Amino acid sequence: MEVPLQPSGTDTVKPPATSVGILGWMRKNLFNSVFNSVLTIVALIVFARIIPPFVQWALFDSLWTSTGAACKEADGACWSVVTNNLRFILFGFYPYDQQWRPLCCVTLIVGLFLYTGKPSRWSKGLAAAWGMSLVAMGILMPGGILGLEPVEPARWSGISLTLLLSLFGLTAAYPLGVLLALGRRSRLPAIKVMSVLYIELIRGVPLISMLFMASVMFPLFLPEGITVNKILRAQAAIILFTAAYIAEVVRGGLQAIPRGQYEAAESLGLTYYQKMRLIILPQALKIVIPPTVSILISAFKDTSLVVIIGLFDLLKTTQVTLSNPEWMGFSAEAFLFIAVLYFLGCFSMSNFSRRLEKVLAR
Amino acid sequence: MEAPERVPFWHDPAKRGLVYQVVALAVVLLAGYWVFSNTQANLEKQSIATGFSFIEREAGFEIGEHLVSYSAANSYARALFVGILNTLKVAFIGNLLTIVLGILVGIARLSSNWLLSRLAAAYIEVLQNVPVLLQLFFWYAIFHEVLPHPRESLEIADAIFLNNRGLYLPVPVSHVAHAWMGIALLAALAAGSFIRRWARNRQERTGQPFPVWTVSAALVIGLPLVAWLAGGAPTDLEIPRLQGFNFQGGINASPEFGALLLGLVLYTSAFVAEIVRAGIQAISHGQTEAAMSLGLKPNLVLSLIILPQALRVIIPPLTSQLLNLTKNSSLAIAIGYPDFVAVANTTINQTGQAIEGVALIMAVYLVFSLLTSALMNWYNKRMALVER
Repeated sequence: MEVPLQPSGTDTVKPPATSVGILGWMRKNLFNSVFNSVLTIVALIVFARIIPPFVQWALFDSLWTSTGAACKEADGACWSVVTNNLRFILFGFYPYDQQWRPLCCVTLIVGLFLYTGKPSRWSKGLAAAWGMSLVAMGILMPGGILGLEPVEPARWSGISLTLLLSLFGLTAAYPLGVLLALGRRSRLPAIKVMSVLYIELIRGVPLISMLFMASVMFPLFLPEGITVNKILRAQAAIILFTAAYIAEVVRGGLQAIPRGQYEAAESLGLTYYQKMRLIILPQALKIVIPPTVSILISAFKDTSLVVIIGLFDLLKTTQVTLSNPEWMGFSAEAFLFIAVLYFLGCFSMSNFSRRLEKVLAR
Repeated sequence: MEAPERVPFWHDPAKRGLVYQVVALAVVLLAGYWVFSNTQANLEKQSIATGFSFIEREAGFEIGEHLVSYSAANSYARALFVGILNTLKVAFIGNLLTIVLGILVGIARLSSNWLLSRLAAAYIEVLQNVPVLLQLFFWYAIFHEVLPHPRESLEIADAIFLNNRGLYLPVPVSHVAHAWMGIALLAALAAGSFIRRWARNRQERTGQPFPVWTVSAALVIGLPLVAWLAGGAPTDLEIPRLQGFNFQGGINASPEFGALLLGLVLYTSAFVAEIVRAGIQAISHGQTEAAMSLGLKPNLVLSLIILPQALRVIIPPLTSQLLNLTKNSSLAIAIGYPDFVAVANTTINQTGQAIEGVALIMAVYLVFSLLTSALMNWYNKRMALVER
């Protein structure tokens, strides 16, 4: 037999319908004051005015597989500009029958990134896998060995160029940035002054000026007869630029390590190199993983600036598509598409960095 | 007694440090010399002139927008100056709008209204995570493809016109009263700051508060109004009119300027909103409660207790964002707004003097950064917590 929990004779009084459930939630979160009620109503009216026409444009009236001429007749969005030119937007001038190679690279990087998303999966093997994938990228893209048809760097374009510039940029800038940070904290005045000058100089100028330097000045710096291709020069500029920002982030990590750690290491008789390698850097670099991911996000976004010096990254291949008379006038659709690509990349990275912060704070 | 054993120099940290520094300096100097000599040889071989004498020569190119008079017959120096002014124009207006928009969105993000807070969160996430250059291209394309031709302009009150050539606004016909209004405004600002100091002193002595803000606002609006009335209340407007294919008269903002401003402001304001949110959240709720239990009114709680503390957290990252906006304004070159980098780039292409051109670009932006950080340090020193 069931024993009533409530003493007999008293009725269970339910909370009023307006303070629980959906109604309660709305009262608490949307209409908790006159001002908030007005804001909610205004926002809803604006939604009602904007969303239906947008959905009509983007979905109901849109064309997905038509020709450009058919698009010009229609009222809705012309997603055909994306579907018809997808391979060109993503891989640009890479030889058509060889485009499986950049596709492999992109898949590899995205897959590895998704796998790395959980810090519990981190291991030496994973780090090695990242190293291997960069090597694989370095083999697959240019080809020329293992029976792969060689593809000259001038034809690397689209999303693979974007990934290449940002990933290799960060990988090469990282050690340089750590060195600069150590230099800035050094007791040796000459080394300290040089590091400070470098860091502040680079951080004070826009990336575009570094890219100009790479494209118009760099060829003058080299002895006669030696030429370096445009992509490598832009890559060098991105590395030099990113290193200064990494140096500042790492410096923050170095400053966060208590003095006792430095003193303990010294009193054990460790040399400067041993002290940094075994005691300080492992702790400091762990603290700065989240801000380093932010730098990776910036680097990923900033690679789009190579458009200005005429490299064919994701943004440029889209512009080239839009300059084709057949697809002229559908910029909004094409730009929205690559904005979604960039957003997915950056948003997942920033989520990753937020999760990391929580894990590392424990 | 035996003399202390001499320490070999490689075991002496001071001497070892000296050696490291000498080696590092030597490497840097040698690399510098190598680059320098290569450059010398290359320049000579390609017979490119060196030095800054080119800036006296005739520029020979037109600049679409200029705040000071300029024509193709002017010198490169003048052209570069026009470029700097254009950069400052977009940076100044952009920074003002960014601060306002960023604060609004940051406060909206903290609103107890779920809808508004979600909306602000979406705004922040979307705009932060799309490259600013892509946003510039997007707005520029929208301006070009969606807005009508001059003949079918969108118009407000037959005086303001918007079309794919830009935004056209009427301006008052110049009149001597305007100069008086400017002087009156300056006088009002000076009087305002004087009243503020006097009111603070009086409050500290007697405890009597003074409505500083109301009086200052009345002065700032009232004095120019009086000057305008005294000057004969001129109301003539120069209204833009369609002549031939385009509008004449009034002032106009080009689509390049509009797209650049819109893109930069939207992108940077998303970062500023996050900074404002973090700054307000950094102040513990106990501060509000303590202030209220002292009997302060809500607006005084905000202006005397919360804001001064939140600003201390907000200002340093805010300045670096405003500096970012200024540096990002160099992307103007991609959509054809003639900012400093665009003018310098044209100069490089015409004269072939890449080194001088890039050096000028870097120097100008470095000056902006150094000025900003000097201002920042001064502010930080003034605002720093005075602890026992």
